This record gives sequence, C-alpha cells and structure tokens, in this order.
Amino acid sequence: MKEKSQSTSRALVFRPARGLTYQAGALLLSFLFITIIILLTGESPFRVVASLWDGAFGTTDQFARVFSTLTPLVLCSSGLIFTFTAGLYNLGVEGQIVAGAIAATFILREFQAVLPAPLVVAAGVIAGMLGGILWGLLAGVLKVFGKINEIFAGLGMNFVAQGLAIYLIFGPWKRPGIASMSGTEPFGESLWLGRFGQTDAAPVALIIAIVALALTIIIMRNTHFGLRLKAVGQNPRASFILGMPATRLLLSSFIICGAFAGLAGGLQVVGLFHRLVPSISSNLGYLALLVVMLISFNALWIAPVAFFFSALNVGSLQLPMVLRMESSLSGVIQGTLVLLALLARGFSERARKAAGGQ
Amino acid sequence: MNAQLNHIYKSFGAVQANVDVSLTVQSGAIHGLLGENGAGKSTLVKMLSGFITRDAGEILLDDKPAEVRTPADGIRAGVGMLHQDPLDFPPMTVLDNFVAGKAGGLFLNRRDAVQEFKILADQFNFALDVDEQMGNLTIGERQQLEILRLLSLGVSTLILDEPTTGISASQKTALFDALRKLAGQGKSIVFVSHKLEDVEELCNQVTVMRAGHVVGTVDIPCPTSTLVSMMFGRELAAPVKPPTCQADIAMRIQGLTIGDDRIDVQVADLTVRRGEVIGLAGLEGSGQRLFLLTCAGVLRPATGKLYIRDANGLCEMTGKPYHQYQTSGVGYLPADRLREGLIWGLSIQEHVVLRTSSSGLFIDREASRQVADQAIQKFNIRGKADTRVGQLSGGNQQRTQLALLPSPLNLVLLEHPTRGLDIESTIWVWQQLIERCRNGTSIIFASSDLDEIVQYSDRVIVFSGGKVSTPIETTALTAGKLGEMIGGKFGNNGNSAYAGVN
Repeated sequence: MKEKSQSTSRALVFRPARGLTYQAGALLLSFLFITIIILLTGESPFRVVASLWDGAFGTTDQFARVFSTLTPLVLCSSGLIFTFTAGLYNLGVEGQIVAGAIAATFILREFQAVLPAPLVVAAGVIAGMLGGILWGLLAGVLKVFGKINEIFAGLGMNFVAQGLAIYLIFGPWKRPGIASMSGTEPFGESLWLGRFGQTDAAPVALIIAIVALALTIIIMRNTHFGLRLKAVGQNPRASFILGMPATRLLLSSFIICGAFAGLAGGLQVVGLFHRLVPSISSNLGYLALLVVMLISFNALWIAPVAFFFSALNVGSLQLPMVLRMESSLSGVIQGTLVLLALLARGFSERARKAAGGQ
Repeated sequence: MNAQLNHIYKSFGAVQANVDVSLTVQSGAIHGLLGENGAGKSTLVKMLSGFITRDAGEILLDDKPAEVRTPADGIRAGVGMLHQDPLDFPPMTVLDNFVAGKAGGLFLNRRDAVQEFKILADQFNFALDVDEQMGNLTIGERQQLEILRLLSLGVSTLILDEPTTGISASQKTALFDALRKLAGQGKSIVFVSHKLEDVEELCNQVTVMRAGHVVGTVDIPCPTSTLVSMMFGRELAAPVKPPTCQADIAMRIQGLTIGDDRIDVQVADLTVRRGEVIGLAGLEGSGQRLFLLTCAGVLRPATGKLYIRDANGLCEMTGKPYHQYQTSGVGYLPADRLREGLIWGLSIQEHVVLRTSSSGLFIDREASRQVADQAIQKFNIRGKADTRVGQLSGGNQQRTQLALLPSPLNLVLLEHPTRGLDIESTIWVWQQLIERCRNGTSIIFASSDLDEIVQYSDRVIVFSGGKVSTPIETTALTAGKLGEMIGGKFGNNGNSAYAGVN
C-alpha cells in the first residue's frame, strides 16, 4: 500500500513536467516553421526579428501604440477567461467590442452638447460596457434557452454588430456631406481620453484594463463564483447533480465577457479613434481568442502573452516598407504558435491517457 | 446459415467476459441466449457480428472458418446484429437510413430502394413510411427498419440484443412473427434476452450463460424453474443488515409514471419508512435509474405524486426544482462517478467548497482545507485535500462522493453503490450507509449484484423492462422467485408480499 501511494505522488510530480516538455516542443517547432516561412520569402529571419523589434519599440509613438493595442487585448482576453472556463467558445467577443463602441458613440453624440465633457466620457465608457453586456447576453440566451451553439450565435451576432456599425457610419451618423469608411465625425478634443503626450496611449484605459485583469485573476483563484464556473465548464452534468445553478453561471460568464469586451469597444472610441470607424475592433477580439487558447485559460499569463502579441502586431506594420514583406506575418506567427500549442496539448493529453488514464 | 462459435475467450483488462464459450446456431432455428447482467451474452454476439474481436477461439459460418474483424466483415459474411439501441441516423429519413449501408456506385438509386423497401416491409407487415424522419419513430419502428436494412444487405444470421425492451405489445407480436418467418426461410436467429417469457414463447433452443461461462443448452419447452436455476444457479447470500427501520414515514409515492424514449415505468403506491433500505433489483435499463432520478428530483414524473419528509414533516415535492430536493435532505449518488458525480479536474478540497452553500464571495481556504482533511480522515480516503478526484481510485472516489453527501440526510438514492470496488471498500461503504440509517436516513439503491440486494435491503422491488413489482420483504425472497421476477414473470408473488407489509 505504501509503495502504491508513492507511485501516485511521483505521477503527480511528473504530470506538469510532461505537459511542459510538449509545450516547449511546440514553441520550438513554431520557431522552426516561422523561420522556414521567412526563408522561403527570401528574407533573413534575423532581419525580420530586428525589424519587428524596431517597429514595436523603435520610437515612443510605436511603443505607445503597443500599449494602445494591449489595452483592448487584455480586456477581451480577461473576459474570455470567464467564458472559456465555463466551457464556452465565445466567438461573439468581436461583436461585443463593436456593440460597446456603438453604444459609447451614441452617448457621446447625444450628450456632448448637453453635459460636461468628463461626465460624457464616463457615461460613454459605461454605455460601452452595457452595449457589450447586451450583445453577450443575447448570445448567452440563444445558447442557454435556444440551444444554439455559442460559436454560431456569436459569429452571427458579430455580423449583425458589424453591419449595424457600417449602417450607422454611412446612414444616420454620417459626416456632413461625405459618408466614408473613415468613420463618423470626430469628437472634439475635450471628449478624448487623456493621452500620454501626443501618442496613442491612454493611461486611464490601460489602468482600467489592468484592474479588469487583476479582478479576473482574483475571481478565478479565490471566489466561489470562479470555482463554480470551473466546475460547470469541466462537467455540466456533475455540477448540476452537485447542486450548482448552471444556467445562471453560464449567463454570468457571458455577461462578464460582454462587459469587458464592451468596455474595450467604448475605450477604442474615447481613447483611440475618437469616432466610430468600421474597423473599430481591429479584430482584437479574435486575437484575444488566440491569446486565451495559447495560455490554456490561465489568467496569470494574459499580460505577457498579450504584450507579446501587441508588439508583434505593431512591429509588423512597417514590414512592407522596410523589408517589402507582408505585415500579415504577425498573424502567421500568432496562428502558428496557437495551433502548435493546441496540438501539443492534445498530444500530452493522449500520452496521459495512454499512461493509464490518470 | 449455421453459425458456430468454438472455445471463444475474451477479456477486458482483468475482467474475463467470455471463458471457453461454444455455441451452435442451426439454420432455421431461433436460438435464445439467456443470462443475467454481465453474463457475457452481448460480448459473445458482438464477436460473432464483428463489433469486437475475440482473444481466442474460432468462428465457423456454414462450417467454414470466418474472419469477422469489423461489422462490415460481419455483413459480408452474412451476419447482422440489431442492437438494443438501433444504430441509425436520427436526422435522416427512413429511406436514407435504409440506403446508407448499401454498397453501390456513385449515385443513389432511390426509386429501386423504395421498391425493395416496400417489398420487404410488406412481407413482414411492417408499416413504415419511407419519407418519415427517423427522429419521429419509436424504438420498435426503428428496430423494424434495422431488420429490413440488414435483410436487404443479405444477412442470413440475424442477432437481436434485448429487442423486446421498449417496444409495444403489438410491435412485439409483429417482431416475433417476422422472426418466425425468417427462421422458416432458413435463416438462423440469435435472440439475446433476459426475459424468460419471451424466450419461452419464441425460441427453439436456449443457451444459458453465467459469469462468462456457458451453463448449458436446453430445448424449449423447458420448465421455467430449470432456466432460472441455470441463470442464477446458487443460493442467495444471507441478509447481514441489522434492523434500522423506524415507524415514521420518510417518503410516500402515489402512482408515479416516468418515461423516456426507451421505456415507460409505472410505480404503484409506495411508502418508505425512516431508516429503511429498499433495493431495486433487475437488469440494468429496466427503469431503476429513471425511478432513482425521479426520487432525487432530477427527473419529473409524468403523473403521480411524491412526498418527502424534511424538518417540516411530510411535504409534497412533485415538480419542485432539484435544488429544493437537496435542501430537503435528499442526496443522489450516480453510478458513473466521474461523469455525473464528481468533476475530474477539481480536488477533494474544491469539491468540499462547491458543496458548502456559503453566501460569501471569497473561498475560505483554511476552513475548507480543514473540512476536507476531516472528511479524508473520517471516510478513509487515500488522497490529499489537493488531490484531483480523477486521480483517485474507484473506491476512493466513492468515499469522496459519500463524504460530499449533505447533512442532515433524509433520503439517499444510490446507483450501484459498490460497483468496481474491492471487498474491503464495499463492506466499508455499507457500514457507513447503515450508520446513516441508524440516524434515520432512508436508502433506495439499485444494484445488479443480487447478493448486495439481498444482504442490505429491508425490502426489494424488482424492475423488468419497465414493469415494477410491489415491494417484497427480503426475508421472503428466494433465488428462484427473484430470478423469475427479473426475467419478467411476476405472477402474484409481489402482490401478496405487498399486502403483508402494509
């Protein structure tokens, strides 16, 4: 009996180590694959890395842009931690950003002439949050009560949100005289969120994102709600038998994710674009999905990975000018990393099962 | 076609499902395969039809060795199997299902298929609409379709696994007529069942299996008592449970009707006393699980009323939400511990936290750690507070489930409470449960282990294909009587015993 307990404890020690080996392998394989891709285009990997680095951190402006990308990315990734933990693939996060941006723009347009500017900005950000909640909750209701897979519900809602944004930009909210893809009439500078010098970075937005991330980490680690969400995500049937309110938990996760994504959307309006533009989300919702899948839903890793992805995105912008390469290389790198990380997880899971189902 | 199985062996891990099994089915015969749960019947016929491969032994079809490694091999060799839950595609139409397994060129020839289908269906008086969606069919109709499909594939040995569970009386008559007709055409039929009546009515010959072995083969007609003693073939264990039954009523049931897409279960009036243990015997899938889930508040009965005693006395609970059953002190322990009872990736301590109905926001790690450590000590769980339950052995998972039961506990529903446990754990689990009974908890449990039923129950209810017996005092049970009832022959045994109790 003693021997038996020893061997189980040893298995306990080895388990994460094995997972780590697979993850390291995946990382190595990704770098190899990306190197090959770069070599195939006839470029030197070192020059590409140097250019990416320079593009992200070369000037204060660029560095600031990394932070302005990081803010929505951290917010959305934090939100997605909740839905992923509950076992949901909330692809609707993208639409929730757009819905938040639309709601914020609406408030700013309606009240900019009536209320003091700081109040309007604050109301706009809160409205963004509510817009995101509405969009997330709709997907959640479709999932829980309509039995529509949240992936399809979310994707459908994304199209609706995007369509609504474009309709507003070219219709009721068009600029006087010229309706264009460049968006609605920019708001006056009094309605801009305070910036860091003349750069794109808005410190208040970044602080909000950091608070959201900290809340996420605390809720997931230390609260009953976080643990119950984990239980429902891992085994809905057993959670029900053990007496957990599954419906309420699932809907809450949609609401929280929607709130964070909507917040990101609202901040994009008041902090970065200062108007509603068709690409208000900059696809950062989808990028956040990649971040969260890469870190296997562990909130502690959001900050470094989101920072790395933001730097890649910003750094790759100058690739076409400097090296005549496509800036979509950043997407290739991110996609490769996530795919191989998921693959590694699948393999390590299989090895675990093969090793005796423990 | 003659089908012959010689000296077949098959084991799953440490479990020997078939040991030196031999069976011959003559062309034109309907051969019954009779046995308890886990006797090895299904394993045997699955090897004949290619769903699983054997470890040793040979299969002869018309005296020629046959290699049947996949179901497709089986069909090619002329062996087809009708599963208990027919393997079909619910979102497709009857016709598409009929055509799905057919060999053929690139394009479907629906018109010919309709022709063939109608000719076959008319032959057996099966009234099936080719354009109907599978999802709208009853189990009986799906069976009919599956039989027609197998026949159109040229099957000459037809295996049916428990085909009479979940179908109506008229469908059963139609099925039996069809099987007799097929046997008349020279096909061989293997009829797997635990229902004595069906076997006696339909089969020419019966092979009885018990614990992976063949007990013997007899010609029908044959006295029921002979079949029962072959099936169960032993004296029942002696009851070991001390009396714990109290006078007051813990639960009262008034004529419950419960159903799913497979079977309908009707439970007559039942009164359970505090501290009483009621065992549900019968083959798995005969309705015990539906009954337990209904008593636990997970399922809602179609009709009938359910009263459970909590602190406020006997309360009607019919139609109340599940969590209200929990607050009334009702606990449910599912058989599939890792799928329904526990959450694989969470630790024992985390399960303890999930169970505490704390209204606070933050988890009190110190307190929950202490509770978990106490539970581990009290329930003798071999694991630590932070051990994930998925890493515990089956016995320790069951101990964890027991530790998580709410307190006070008025009624606990258990499904196979000691399945997969070693003897030490089994005895320990029942010690704990009986201790609970002494404190007034009532227990209703289902088990496929007859010894367990007889050892620990005060009264026994037998389920057979949705039929439910009246409760019988365990002391009034004999192996023969129990066996007959599990085989579906209720007679008036149940009634007289019931009168004795109330």
